[in-house]
Amino acid sequence: MTDSTALYDIPGPRTRRRHRLYGIISTAAIAALLGWIVYLLFDTEQFTAEKWTPFEYKGIQELLLRGLGNTLKAFAYAAVLSLVLGGILACGRLSDHRPVRWVATLLVEFFRAMPVLVMIFFIFVALKVQPLPALVAGLTLYNGSVLAEVFRAGVNSVDRGQREAAYALGLRKTQVMTHVLGPQALRAMLPAIISQLVVALKDTSLGYLITYEEFLHAGKLIASNLDYDLPFIPVVMVIAPIYIGLCMLLSWFANWVARRQRRNPKTKAADIAPAEPGTLLTQGPKAPGRT
Amino acid sequence: MDVLTDNFSLYAEGFLGTVRLTVYSSLLALVLGFLMASFRVAPVGSLRAIGTVWVTVLRNTPLTLLFFAVLLGLPRFGLVLPFTVFAVIALGCYTSAFICEALRSGINTVPTGQGEAARSLGMSFGQTLTSVVLPQAFRTVIPPVGSTLIALAKNSAIAGAFSVTELLGTYKTLSELGYNIIWTFVWIAVGYLIITLTISALFNVLEKRYGVAR
Repeated sequence: MTDSTALYDIPGPRTRRRHRLYGIISTAAIAALLGWIVYLLFDTEQFTAEKWTPFEYKGIQELLLRGLGNTLKAFAYAAVLSLVLGGILACGRLSDHRPVRWVATLLVEFFRAMPVLVMIFFIFVALKVQPLPALVAGLTLYNGSVLAEVFRAGVNSVDRGQREAAYALGLRKTQVMTHVLGPQALRAMLPAIISQLVVALKDTSLGYLITYEEFLHAGKLIASNLDYDLPFIPVVMVIAPIYIGLCMLLSWFANWVARRQRRNPKTKAADIAPAEPGTLLTQGPKAPGRT
Repeated sequence: MDVLTDNFSLYAEGFLGTVRLTVYSSLLALVLGFLMASFRVAPVGSLRAIGTVWVTVLRNTPLTLLFFAVLLGLPRFGLVLPFTVFAVIALGCYTSAFICEALRSGINTVPTGQGEAARSLGMSFGQTLTSVVLPQAFRTVIPPVGSTLIALAKNSAIAGAFSVTELLGTYKTLSELGYNIIWTFVWIAVGYLIITLTISALFNVLEKRYGVAR
């Protein structure tokens, strides 16, 4: 039960009965809604054999699989590159040199404030790049700068004493980062990193808008085929579960990691919220180098 | 520079289109998000299930796919509306999942003791909700809702690609007219920055007035 909220008491027998009644009513309402949707689907003849035959052809299946492969390829490139870029930008933001810090802050704030699609279109249209590199570059710039913030928050969340102790032992800054702060931060921020990767995976679908031949594009090709009576709804019904399922799998993995961490006493102190997109102005450039 | 001055009306139209999309979708998202958040904390199991499914599915749906399904799919059911309305529906539903989570975590930060104290003073459910729980939840909810709405403003760019009048879509007309494409994009970027910075400033003011440091 929702014993964690301040809203309700633990229900007594009469309240429980009332809640059960509400439950039945709302279940009936949902069932009616679903039934209506199914009726609509049948009524507009979405389940005719003609509209579903294309999925039996090998060529079409291969087209879909190729689209899915392209989506995953774009995601893999974007994920790796944005982790790298995030690392570089985070190093910049954590730097001891003020100009480096300023430049990194400027870049991070700018790319977080721009819509990803504007960046992708800019690279695609103005710089005349192929669709895949344009998509990957746009995703990398955006997710990289969000990840930079995640990394920075992770490093700053490690207990101060750790850093001080490491410096007191005479380690250099690089050593402190790689041997002391980095490993501890990584554990705490792993869930946030993975949930940012979910965003990257979701955003690969933007490639559809710049004619990159990804999953949605393959679907569109099938859906606009007159031979099969424009099977648009069947295509959505095939594509959506796969796409959403992929993202859910990754989110679930992030949650699983987060739950495991919460049980782990070593990471109890640090807790990093998933990166919120674009909180401009709320956090001024802090000087993390000063201890 | 003359890209902006020559085509000011075009830019203004796109800018207002984006603002309109953002405002309407924000309202829809706030209303739907509030509804779903109240479902998610309800004591009735099936309502909680609806809320959870809504949030889980929409949070994991690529927005382009949602636009694709709503803008091109709903007309197949004989539902023909202007594209702008479809875009508002898609954006609003998508964002409502994030708003819902923000509101729910806000409600969950209110200590249980507050509700218990209110009830033991004899307050009814409505009184507990409106004068004890929600005011406290409201304060913690301001920053996450703000950043969700900023994300909404940025996501509205996708609508432009589905032939809805908005800021990003202006680049097409301008590049056909033969203007310098880089400057075209610079001004589009400035437009988006104005919108996101305005929302961010608005929520900063709200937070200064109502927020509490915890």
